[in-house]
Amino acid sequence: MTLYGPFWLSAQLALVTTLILLVAGAPVAWWLSQTESRFKPLVQTVVAMPIVLPPTVLGFYLLILLGPQGAIGGWWVQLTGSALTFSFTGLVIASCIYSLPFAVQPMQTAFEALPRRTLERAWTLGASRLDAFFSVAVPLSLRGFVSGAVLAFAHTLGEFGVVLMVGGNIPGETRVVSIAIYDHVETLDYSAAHQLSLLLLAFAFVVLLATFAWNRARVAR
Amino acid sequence: MIRLQHTVRRGSFVLDVDAEIPDAGVTGVFGASGSGKTTLLRCIAGLEGEGGPPVHQRNIGYVFQQPTLFPHLDVRRNLDYGARRSGSGRVDASQVIDMLGLGDLLTRRPDTLSGGEAQRVAIGAALMRSPDLVLMDEPLASLDRRRKDELLPYFDRLHDELSIPVVYVSHDIDEVSRLCDHLFVLEDGRVVANGDLFETLARVDIPQLGGRNAGVVLWATPVDHAHGLTRFDFGDGDIWAPGKFAISRNAMRLRIAASDVSIVRERPVQTTILNVLPATIENVHSVDEATALIRLGVGNQRLLAQVTNRSIERLGLQDGERVFAQLKSVTVRR
Repeated sequence: MTLYGPFWLSAQLALVTTLILLVAGAPVAWWLSQTESRFKPLVQTVVAMPIVLPPTVLGFYLLILLGPQGAIGGWWVQLTGSALTFSFTGLVIASCIYSLPFAVQPMQTAFEALPRRTLERAWTLGASRLDAFFSVAVPLSLRGFVSGAVLAFAHTLGEFGVVLMVGGNIPGETRVVSIAIYDHVETLDYSAAHQLSLLLLAFAFVVLLATFAWNRARVAR
Repeated sequence: MIRLQHTVRRGSFVLDVDAEIPDAGVTGVFGASGSGKTTLLRCIAGLEGEGGPPVHQRNIGYVFQQPTLFPHLDVRRNLDYGARRSGSGRVDASQVIDMLGLGDLLTRRPDTLSGGEAQRVAIGAALMRSPDLVLMDEPLASLDRRRKDELLPYFDRLHDELSIPVVYVSHDIDEVSRLCDHLFVLEDGRVVANGDLFETLARVDIPQLGGRNAGVVLWATPVDHAHGLTRFDFGDGDIWAPGKFAISRNAMRLRIAASDVSIVRERPVQTTILNVLPATIENVHSVDEATALIRLGVGNQRLLAQVTNRSIERLGLQDGERVFAQLKSVTVRR
């Protein structure tokens, strides 16, 4: 296991999680932005829970749920013969739940900013609801998608508590960068901890800078 | 005929319409704000109300009060949006572009267009869908006077060249007088009048068409000029109107407000009023304690005069009486 191995594993995890969340989160964000249902506050609360919940609490329940004895974990064992806990797949599922609000909320905000009239115009021009969503709502909410992707990616990259509970510390499988840094500090290998931490610091800075600059360029145009 | 049958309840407001409008020409839906004009239009489009096919399956074109375009598409792609989603393609794209003067705008982005330009593009896009019916919700109301004047000639062209029926919502009687052929008056969600524009404007019994809105429209052809004025022939006499209009055989619309018409018993011999027409009193309708509307027959045409009840009493004016109508002012609508 190289020094930077955990970093690439984290990047992989973040990328897969972000892609899943963009696809699965968009319909949720859309529903939340359009609905007048009385269940909206309930769904909103469930989506937002990971923001306020201590990662260890979330991780604990996920461990039970995903474990071989758990509802999802047991079913997974039957299906594939292997356990979800302490596996990369298990980490992806946990990360999707952990980072869900960070993807959904920016998309929802962007959808809500869309004038109702613009959508109505698409319908009167012959676009079905689905057609109007893809041809009008998505392109006009690009900013929300980018913000959601950046936040979900960055948040997953820095994940620690949930991973520790659900994934453990298996090199190449679940030993993500934040865990690796913690390990290096534990073993007083400050130089390795520095290299990885600095990498994350630089990465976070560059990604946020690029996003803000992109937003600025879009507004100016 | 197009059947309009819509019932919507929203709080204390109820829209209850069951009426027919012609399937050709422009039908003006007129009424005060809050009378349900926009709600009716949205019901026809399927944007409100229950039942009927979903919006995208109704073959309508909708023009919103606020110019609404897709900001992420340039003008050409805004125009194509509806065309690509329409089956029939009856409407010729180049004709629409020409009619609305969109040729120079095609590569522009919506945020670089003026309000008037954006509204023209929005209308063009609605037409490119080849709709069976075009719905316009006060398309001029959000524009200032200058933009409005810029846009009106395009509406005239649409009126003259378009074979698609249009429902045009407005609270401006001048717009209605200029652009519509048929008039549909709403009050508190109910239809209070529905008929030919010229006949309906000449009615004295519709409060919504009283006061500042009272007045008629005459069709007249410009026949000659003198002193910066144009003489119009309306079939049963002549009317002078300010401005030089091209002499042609095409009839134009003259708007004569009821407040600009007064009644005299004898033909005045020395007066600055240019237009004095022999007329017959057809109907005297008291509007309130002070004022009344009088419908006058001038040959086969109708005029409305707004006078005081005091004058009627003083002159002893009665139905069937022969009098003279003095027209203080005439506006050529187009």
